Amino acid sequence: MFAGNLTYNINSSEPEKIIPYLFKGFDDSFSERVQRGDVIVAGENFGCGSSREHPSVGLSYAGVKALVVKSVSRIFFRSAINQGLPIIVLPEAVDAYKPGDKVVVNFENGIVEIGTNRFDFAPLPKKLMEIIETKGLVNWIKEH
Amino acid sequence: MAGKTFVEKIFGAKKGSIVFKRPDIVLSHDNTASIRKTFAKMGGTKIKYNNQPLIVLDHNAPPTNAKLSNDYQAIRDFVKEQGIKRFHDVGSGICHQIMSYHAKPGMVIVGSDSHTCTAGAFNTFAAGIDRTETAGIWKNGETWFRVPETLKIVLHGALKKPVAAKDLALWIVGMIGSSGANYMSVEYHGEETLSVSERMTLANLASEMGAKNAVFPPDEVLEQYLGERIENGVWADEDAEYSRIIEINLGDIFPVVAAPHHVDNVKGISEVAGTKVQEALIGTCTNGRLDDLRIAAEILKGKKVPEGFQLLVAPASKKIYLQTAIEGTLETLMDAGGNILSPSCGPCLGTGQGIPADGYNVISTANRNFLGRMGNKNANIYLASPATVATSALYGEITDPREEKGKEVFPYKKEQSKTVEIKEGDDRRINGVWNYSI
Repeated sequence: MFAGNLTYNINSSEPEKIIPYLFKGFDDSFSERVQRGDVIVAGENFGCGSSREHPSVGLSYAGVKALVVKSVSRIFFRSAINQGLPIIVLPEAVDAYKPGDKVVVNFENGIVEIGTNRFDFAPLPKKLMEIIETKGLVNWIKEH
Repeated sequence: MAGKTFVEKIFGAKKGSIVFKRPDIVLSHDNTASIRKTFAKMGGTKIKYNNQPLIVLDHNAPPTNAKLSNDYQAIRDFVKEQGIKRFHDVGSGICHQIMSYHAKPGMVIVGSDSHTCTAGAFNTFAAGIDRTETAGIWKNGETWFRVPETLKIVLHGALKKPVAAKDLALWIVGMIGSSGANYMSVEYHGEETLSVSERMTLANLASEMGAKNAVFPPDEVLEQYLGERIENGVWADEDAEYSRIIEINLGDIFPVVAAPHHVDNVKGISEVAGTKVQEALIGTCTNGRLDDLRIAAEILKGKKVPEGFQLLVAPASKKIYLQTAIEGTLETLMDAGGNILSPSCGPCLGTGQGIPADGYNVISTANRNFLGRMGNKNANIYLASPATVATSALYGEITDPREEKGKEVFPYKKEQSKTVEIKEGDDRRINGVWNYSI
């Protein structure tokens, strides 16, 4: 999601510098065309790899609202939540997705709508939802 | 009522629950430079518990450009200013090896590195976290944990030398795939015949199975290694509930490699034997220990690698470097054509010295062979045990380390992680949704 050889040239504390490299070599048009409120639908073990947090910093900064995945790598799950980027693990929802379907996520009630289908997920504990709502751990810790 | 797994005991909660806890050790390395900035952004000035951090400069040690050098110096200044005691400067070794001086049974350890799980060999809960979380712990002293489900791996018998713990670790990765233990805790049982160094190799590879952590019990082998009675060891109940149990006869394991470009692309040595290799790396947090270097030296003693062959050796710590220097192991490796690097991560992650040239096939004792991992997308990386790497270096081609070469084929069809490929002009954004599912 973010090329490893750039890790120590661009610090993860500089989101605006990360954005041009998001998904480079995978989907080159992503960084130019991503819009606030976009949703990403993806497959197994999303975010597999190292503990670098550049991807979640960049995706959150770009305004990606949610990721709906079949499964997720643990470190990415944690890092995403800590950047205010919620990940919803719902394999059946990903299977049901057809290109063109609208995806609506309701975090409060734990519902994902894919086209005309509805899927439920267990909402995260309150403290974690607060972290997401305050747009990440940095802000949350500042406030607590 | 069912018994508890290791993680359910150490967190005092059932699987699936989320608990907040104060870790005993918080590891960071070169990334401390960046964590420091996030810490400041959080409004952090003084680390809440300055006995919590463990900071090791290893990923680019010694630094290869001015920016890195400046980062390193900034970290030294920060360590001084914060009064951090557990700091290991350039040349001390790889953070996961240095961890062996600090980890004690029953500890909760987190680190901003995906191979933090290596410390599970010391009967600790040890897991990787991201940089922001590390900054958060510096400030608050605690973080959240989701108590994971557990995969139990029961080992029977003993490995048939030169078959190594690395072969076993790759075997398991190949068997269950790179997400086979996704978000799980891996408990190793029946471990009596494995040394602590071998356990570190196994725990190290847990992140390549997608696991949160891997752990070994507080047994006599560990007690002997630590040189003291274990007081706070934690272990699972007999009747604990597991998501999956895997039984393995160690006598069945044969030498294997992880072929390019996935760690779970595991093949029997006979399936790749004869593949020409131009570079070999013996080292890293996976296999840069005393026993690993000695095994390699034994194979290379009095012999020479082919002309032009690049044999790199990076001892995992200064202690190991010194010991292998004194006892003559390094001399043997150098005589054979080896080039000894500073105790560090070396070229493993593509930043240190020893980046392979275009078209090179590299055979390495490391834990990752992703495309471009060693700093060149036009090179291929095979992962194997120190014995296989040393033998292959000697012949310039992948070679079975056993006297009697085997013909075995790796028995598991890989549940290999699918890679989504996007062709030019392929538009994946429709109605505000990016479709990366197929």
